[in-house]
Amino acid sequence: MGKNGRFWAVALLLLLGMLLAASPVIAQTQAESAPAATADGHVWWFWPLLLFITTFIMGIFAVLGGVGGGVLFVPIISGFFPFHLDFVRGTGLLVALSGALAAGPGLLKANLASLRLAIPVALIASTCAIVGAMIGLALPTNIVQIALGGTILGICILMLTAKKSELPEVPQADALSSALRIYGVYQEASTGKVINWKVHRTPLGLCLFVIIGVMAGMFGLGAGWANVPVLNLLMGAPLKISVATSKFLLSITDTSAAWIYMNKGCVIPLMVVPSLVGIMLGSFVGVRLLKVAKPTFIRWMVIGILAFAGLKALQKGIFG
Amino acid sequence: MAETPEKSDVTLDASPEQLYYAAILEKGMYIGLLILLITYIIYIFGILDPYIPLNEISKYWSMNVDQYLHEANVHSGWAWTGMLKYGDFLNFIGVAILAGVTIMCYLSIVPILLRNNDKVYAVLAVLEALILAAAASGLVAGGH
Repeated sequence: MGKNGRFWAVALLLLLGMLLAASPVIAQTQAESAPAATADGHVWWFWPLLLFITTFIMGIFAVLGGVGGGVLFVPIISGFFPFHLDFVRGTGLLVALSGALAAGPGLLKANLASLRLAIPVALIASTCAIVGAMIGLALPTNIVQIALGGTILGICILMLTAKKSELPEVPQADALSSALRIYGVYQEASTGKVINWKVHRTPLGLCLFVIIGVMAGMFGLGAGWANVPVLNLLMGAPLKISVATSKFLLSITDTSAAWIYMNKGCVIPLMVVPSLVGIMLGSFVGVRLLKVAKPTFIRWMVIGILAFAGLKALQKGIFG
Repeated sequence: MAETPEKSDVTLDASPEQLYYAAILEKGMYIGLLILLITYIIYIFGILDPYIPLNEISKYWSMNVDQYLHEANVHSGWAWTGMLKYGDFLNFIGVAILAGVTIMCYLSIVPILLRNNDKVYAVLAVLEALILAAAASGLVAGGH
């Protein structure tokens, strides 16, 4: 995204944010024609406003903790808000999708996200995300909650144990990646060094994207937490290429699953817009704070919050 | 990294299809976001009446989706296109653009790939567009 583009995106989001923050005033003007209190005793704007504030904070923490917004959104919102998991997953996918759409053009133009790497991977992941979404919508909610809780706790373990490799050793590209010409070159901004990259173990990597796609669709989580380790540690793409391609990949994987949830009716605009704007604005603030924050402490905090949300999902699934 | 791929087509610049894809994605994202902004203003300012009054939504969002559709008498799939006179359903236009832009991106790069004789990737791009279109069409669906 260019500087002008970024300015307009932030301006648009700020305007939406101000509207959301001003929704109590707007509600006041409409109060004459309709009673303000709802079935749960709160005024109608209470939960959307709380959702906006929560997702704004979530957006900051997502950037500082190095995770996607979707992976925080689904367990936290389904655990602590009165929304049914069906709508939380639908919204979570749109949140992850919007973040990926906003980042994708810039990453592609900078040649950090690789379209050649993404296209075969996305074909498998997006097809499996459709299957995952269908399974997720067909299973009883408590089973999905339990599986979600288990997955979130697994993600915490992955975040605690997984190593990252700036420039993995790839002795030789495999036959499939050579045939598909999956390789590239980028310039490391900090050193100015030009780095050539290629990948190996492509068939195994593609097989793992079957599981990643199913899980992304089933839980509406986004899948950056799984994409990056597979691209970086297994297939040997440099960390920057892996992170950027993973972010771009979400725009494709989550598109397929989002359509399934949208066609099923799991989209409530009063939930979607505050969440989307909150998390995007929070991400912009998070990027600014990145320069002064202590990422290690925040990463530990994010893992702690995720673990708590995972346990809450398990508790909801088991005890209702 | 042990070895450098010695390929003549490797450059620091993104490929033409990648740049084209990025340009379409960027436009679609801005258009989707802008429409979402406008329709949300229309919705919360009550410029168009919503199908479900704002103070009744909390009755539905704690139900599962099948119950919600039944209780609120909302139809799934593309039925929302017939309900655009309501402020809440108007928001689906922006959401659909954000969810649909990737299909346009894939279709737009097929001619470039074919021009470069990159038939395998052209086929993969068409397949991906078909998969996403199938998901968008509502032909494949899940349910409780």
